Amino acid sequence: MDDRKMKHRSPVPEEELLSPDAFLAPEERGLFCQDRPEPVEPSKVKIIRDFCNWAQANSVFILAFGTGCGAIEMRPLFTARYDISRYGMFPRPTPRMSGLFIIGGYASVKTMKRIVRSYEQMQNPKFVMGLGSCTVNGGMYWDSYNTVKRLDHYIPVDAYVAGCMPRPESLIAGFNRIKELIKAGKAEGANEYAKNFEWYKRNQRRIIKDWNMPEYNW
Amino acid sequence: MTCRSGHNDPWYPSWADRPQVDLESEKYLKIWQGPQHPGVTGNMALELTVEGDLVVDCKVHVGYLHRGFEKLMERRKYMNCFPIVCRICVPEPDFNEYLFAAAAEELDGIEIPERAKWIRALTLELARIASLTMGLGGQAGAFGLGTIGQWCIVHRDYLLDLFEELSGHRIYHMYILPGGVRHDLTPGFAEKTEAVLRKIEKLMDDVQKVLFDNAVIIARTNGLGVIHNEWIDPFGIVGTNARCAGGTRDVRKDYPYLVYDRLDFDVITGSRSDVYGRSLLRRDEILMACDLVRQILKNMPEGPVRTKLPNPLHWKIPAGETYVRAESGRGEMGYFMASDGSEFPRRIHVRGPSYTHAMALFEEMIRGVSIADVAGLMTSLQTCPPEIER
Amino acid sequence: MRRADLSFITVPGSRAVEAVTWMRDHGGFTHLVMISCVDRIEEGVFELVYLLNDPVAYLDIGICVEIDRDNAEMESMHHLWAGVRVYQRELREMFGIDFPGSPGVEEPMILEGWDDIPPMRRDFDTLEYAERTYYPREGRSTSDPATEMEERSYPLDAGVKRGIKDLARSGYGDKENTKDEG
Repeated sequence: MDDRKMKHRSPVPEEELLSPDAFLAPEERGLFCQDRPEPVEPSKVKIIRDFCNWAQANSVFILAFGTGCGAIEMRPLFTARYDISRYGMFPRPTPRMSGLFIIGGYASVKTMKRIVRSYEQMQNPKFVMGLGSCTVNGGMYWDSYNTVKRLDHYIPVDAYVAGCMPRPESLIAGFNRIKELIKAGKAEGANEYAKNFEWYKRNQRRIIKDWNMPEYNW
Repeated sequence: MTCRSGHNDPWYPSWADRPQVDLESEKYLKIWQGPQHPGVTGNMALELTVEGDLVVDCKVHVGYLHRGFEKLMERRKYMNCFPIVCRICVPEPDFNEYLFAAAAEELDGIEIPERAKWIRALTLELARIASLTMGLGGQAGAFGLGTIGQWCIVHRDYLLDLFEELSGHRIYHMYILPGGVRHDLTPGFAEKTEAVLRKIEKLMDDVQKVLFDNAVIIARTNGLGVIHNEWIDPFGIVGTNARCAGGTRDVRKDYPYLVYDRLDFDVITGSRSDVYGRSLLRRDEILMACDLVRQILKNMPEGPVRTKLPNPLHWKIPAGETYVRAESGRGEMGYFMASDGSEFPRRIHVRGPSYTHAMALFEEMIRGVSIADVAGLMTSLQTCPPEIER
Repeated sequence: MRRADLSFITVPGSRAVEAVTWMRDHGGFTHLVMISCVDRIEEGVFELVYLLNDPVAYLDIGICVEIDRDNAEMESMHHLWAGVRVYQRELREMFGIDFPGSPGVEEPMILEGWDDIPPMRRDFDTLEYAERTYYPREGRSTSDPATEMEERSYPLDAGVKRGIKDLARSGYGDKENTKDEG
């Protein structure tokens, strides 16, 4: 990751970036998990590693979070015509149950905050697929003031599916690509995120100005 | 109708007394439904304050899909705006295309060929069927009948195939452009459409048996989410939601655009304004749209489908302001366009039907509803977040 | 071709609420279609447009109010229709027009943590903001489809054409003319 461009633009000093005291009220600090994620090294034994990859590739559960307009092409996928269950995929309602996060198109800043939160709530192993041209380089909204132009600056993306919007067939091709990557042990987005945690956090904090998460009262 | 607020101004029912909820009393709980939740339409969030299982107060949060279309259109030429207008609303992009084209044509005084009008009307009616079918499936899915959701999505796919044949794309068609439509109908389009319409009508028979005759659905939706007739004007309710509540507004009849003055149809009004009545009305709307498509295909004249436009890179539209409207699947959708005589539009305001439905009306309707019915109530208003925040 | 059933009138800001109320109660314009705003930056005004609709006579009227751009403030109309407060919230956020007294008007509706000038104002440059904030991916370029296809299919022809154009642009014709005149 090339960090040289980012450094001189940092709006806050770097050492403050991960300290919760900078942006949370004292009573709110206990509500957030402050532990940073740790990389999970794959097993040293090849047969175990291969078995894990094979098992992961055949039970990729999708997080049902329609973050953009690409979500409308997800619904035909679950019907009999495209029938994504053939590939061992199914929508799951909560981040804790799911392994694949599909960013369905443009991510506005307000959604980006929720994407980050959902992504961090997902359990390992977890993968991200960017759907549509707008996740690659902004697409139609290249000059918009409210959408993220490069998704991989904020969360690690394992595969992109281009198009506006991609057809269900290209989505299936994207799923197959993800599965190949998992089987080959190359879909290491979550470890990437854990290793470069500061870099990602700094990028996120730079666009998400209102960092406070919604108020809960449990 | 009794106003909860106690004051009797019919124009301002009850906003003032957003209930005073003391969250510290441990009697109430605040829960968020969305944006990451399968039970909200699209990407929006509901901040519910509940007492037991009943909703006491609700705040709707939108803005998760804001792309700044109105700003982006101000810095694009008129023809460059045309590819992005359809992205404003995902379920029914054609109405956006038509309204943008109609507003530009009206400001510039362009008359489109006769056949183009019929093809536009055909596209809009097919888009209405697609949108309402998906809405009906979502409605059933919100009450636990996922099977109907599957059927509806599959049947919508047949319509998308028609669109694909017509325009080359499933969702965003970019077919209706200023000056007419992009090209003529493909050979054999009428027969294929007829086959799809038969499938849709067959689907509606099945939906009648499984959804509308279902004892559970009747019990759950009866009397849920009633829109009172007195609310229509204060909240600006339009479309199917208003027609259930005793209104007779239908842009197709009131302000006939395209060829609707030459088609034979009646405005459908519902007798019940709860969730069940609204679903029933949408079923009837789908059947009526099927009938309209048949009429259009029967009476369509031959001729050119595009009029010659000035060079799109130097297309200047005379200064002026206008507002055009069309009846989309969910209600009146309108475009306000202001031009200052240059190549770029000065201001385009998109008035989507969900704007007041989802924000003002929904917050009012939801009080007293149990948490399990929130998703069903929300889908019954057919809100579409991208056109609220654009 | 302009619609015959739509007209626009301009009223001074101090009489706007009165005019809209009269239209609603006595003019028959009971349905509020939308409230919009046009930023006329050259004249230094915001033009608020209240578009009303008469559902019985099928007429539309747009009531335009011009307010000062630097000190943008307008009387709230939230008591006239229950839906108005949503529009006013959006206008306050997107244009920075204040509506004192409107319930909930100060809460942000669409944006979150916005710290620049309101984005729908004409002097806000969205491209500059996007490039400054979001690091656009390199390699994005625009190309005209006609020239692109020519370059790809007929590289020799396109090269010759380009050469002639460059020659003409470099002032070859002008030199000829000046020589003749001299």
